[in-house]
Amino acid sequence: MVDVQFRFRDDEAVNDPAVTVDAFTEQSNASAVRIEPGDDARDLLPHLDRIALVEVNFPAWTDGRGYSSARILREAGFTGEIRAVGDVVIDMLSHLKRCGFDAFAPDKPLNPTDARNAFDRWDNVYQATADGRQPIWALRHPA
Amino acid sequence: MYKYDQYDQQMVDTRVAEFRDQVKRRLAGDLTEDQFRPLRLQNGLYLQLHAYMLRVAVPYGTLNSTQMTMLGDIADKYDRGYGHFTTRQNIQYNWIKLEDTPDILADLASVEMHAIQTSGNCIRNISSDQYAGAAADELIDPRPYAELLRQWSSFHPEFLTLPRKFKIAVIASETDRAAMKLHDIGIRMVRNDAGEIGARFYVGGGMGRTPMIAPVIREFVPLDQLITYSEACLRVYNRYGRRDNKYKARIKILVHELGKEEYTRQVEEEFAHLMSQGIEPPLAELERIKQYFVDPALETGLSDDLDLTDPDFRLWVERNCQEHKQAGYIIATVSLKPVGGIPGDASADQIRLMAQLAKDYSFDELRVTHAQNIVFPHVKKADLYTLWQKLDEAGLSTANLDTVGDIIACPGLDYCSLANARSIPVAQKISERFGSAEKQAEIGELKLKISGCINACGHHHAGHIGILGVDRKGVENYQLLLGGSEGADTSLGKITGPGFDEDGIVDAVEKATQVYLSNREDGERFLDTYRRIGMDPFKEAIYG
Repeated sequence: MVDVQFRFRDDEAVNDPAVTVDAFTEQSNASAVRIEPGDDARDLLPHLDRIALVEVNFPAWTDGRGYSSARILREAGFTGEIRAVGDVVIDMLSHLKRCGFDAFAPDKPLNPTDARNAFDRWDNVYQATADGRQPIWALRHPA
Repeated sequence: MYKYDQYDQQMVDTRVAEFRDQVKRRLAGDLTEDQFRPLRLQNGLYLQLHAYMLRVAVPYGTLNSTQMTMLGDIADKYDRGYGHFTTRQNIQYNWIKLEDTPDILADLASVEMHAIQTSGNCIRNISSDQYAGAAADELIDPRPYAELLRQWSSFHPEFLTLPRKFKIAVIASETDRAAMKLHDIGIRMVRNDAGEIGARFYVGGGMGRTPMIAPVIREFVPLDQLITYSEACLRVYNRYGRRDNKYKARIKILVHELGKEEYTRQVEEEFAHLMSQGIEPPLAELERIKQYFVDPALETGLSDDLDLTDPDFRLWVERNCQEHKQAGYIIATVSLKPVGGIPGDASADQIRLMAQLAKDYSFDELRVTHAQNIVFPHVKKADLYTLWQKLDEAGLSTANLDTVGDIIACPGLDYCSLANARSIPVAQKISERFGSAEKQAEIGELKLKISGCINACGHHHAGHIGILGVDRKGVENYQLLLGGSEGADTSLGKITGPGFDEDGIVDAVEKATQVYLSNREDGERFLDTYRRIGMDPFKEAIYG
């Protein structure tokens, strides 16, 4: 298993092996599941209460389906770990985090300084997403 | 026009810093070209046949004179003294050095400009009607909505690695001057029966190798749901757009394969869900943006009289000027299509001159058109002759708007690494063949568009006459299409038959215009005659 290089959670890391979405829906004791780009994250929604970890795989970083998967899980109230795995590159990090990822296990470990810069890049953001940050429009119009 | 606040400025400044880091990592060898490519593309930086090309965004085609001056200065400082205005209302520079690009972006940021998402598989620069805010026929100014969408789409974290590029256009008049239905999302601002303003969504249009006209998927989206609805359209596409074949990856293929009804159903379902997520900016934000688009200080009670005794001026006014919503004013278009020239090119000096003239005569504002021309949107009729004289001195008074000389052409094989054939020399030869003002006046409106490959950057599908360059066994060959249109009556051109060589295609175009001239009835444009009499008479003349 590839090591988690960055994690933004205080709870204990989940080390259960992640099973496929198909296997998960049949296997009632699994607590970790892995979403491939072609999987429908909404298949997991009825089972969120027993999931501790969702791995979202990026076989190629240019395939952006995983971003939607993570947001859909967060929008449904999932509070467990969402871990980006696979071809995770520096330039994705801040965007992944905005979509609800809170753990990162790149196939090839990233330069920690570059990664830190990437996570901290955007002081403000234009959109409301799954990370709870106040978008610029909210800062312009405080309630 | 829109002005950045501290947040907008911070966003573009941050982007410059990010790109500077990326270029540094590339030059240090930490990024391979393969890894760097998607990153540089999201900053509008292409590697072309001879050099890097940088595409700079002109959001919804609107510029002020300070920005325009900077575009001229960049052409001098970092390129070879000229720039090329594009069919998506942007400008690109063809001879850029990679190591200069962070500094160019910093120069742009200093005048509230950027190259964000002008390429790559993300939401591109939002385009609009070049006469927005000035046209007599518009319902409202569409640009505030385009600006709202610009901010939403900039660095949208979920939609930066879509299946393919994604283009949005926003208009607000019946006359479509932005080829709106040939976009991934076309939005037309409309008024409903209750008198409220909202957005009509057309989704799944496009050109390329499989041209499609976008169907309407929602007649009316209220203004306080605009972003949420757009987000739903994009999410369905991001999840289900094809990624197995890049030629089938545009949203038009998804809409076509699912069918309009099923795509719409999925969007509505996603939309219903997203409405609970609080992602819509408040209407107050739209109101804030709208304040920047109030009319300039137009005078009232001005005369509409124009002294047209100078015949050259008269020709230019008749050809290149449009009615303004305010009496005493006019919209003037500078054609960047001089006889024998390269469509859309302008020298640094010309760019700076147009900037100065906009400052003096058009309330500091200019527009770039998708037909690769420049507009002065608010010219006092009393100033028009002086403006024209100054343009004339600089070689910018070509009177050929929307005629056969006003050709849209992609850069083609002279620059582009995707092209199969050259576009520019064909455009130049046609422009010369039909160069005389009399000939152009006789033929009238005839939109001719040339692409150097099936990707259709030159909009050949939408030309009254379209030309498509292909590679036939290593030789450049040009196919002729007739009957396309990008207006309110959008239609796709049909191929006449076997292709031609470079001179042959020019002859074929001339024969097509002769068929039109000998068949036209009162007031008919080329396109009207073609639609009435059909392809056969043209085929006969061209191949007979």
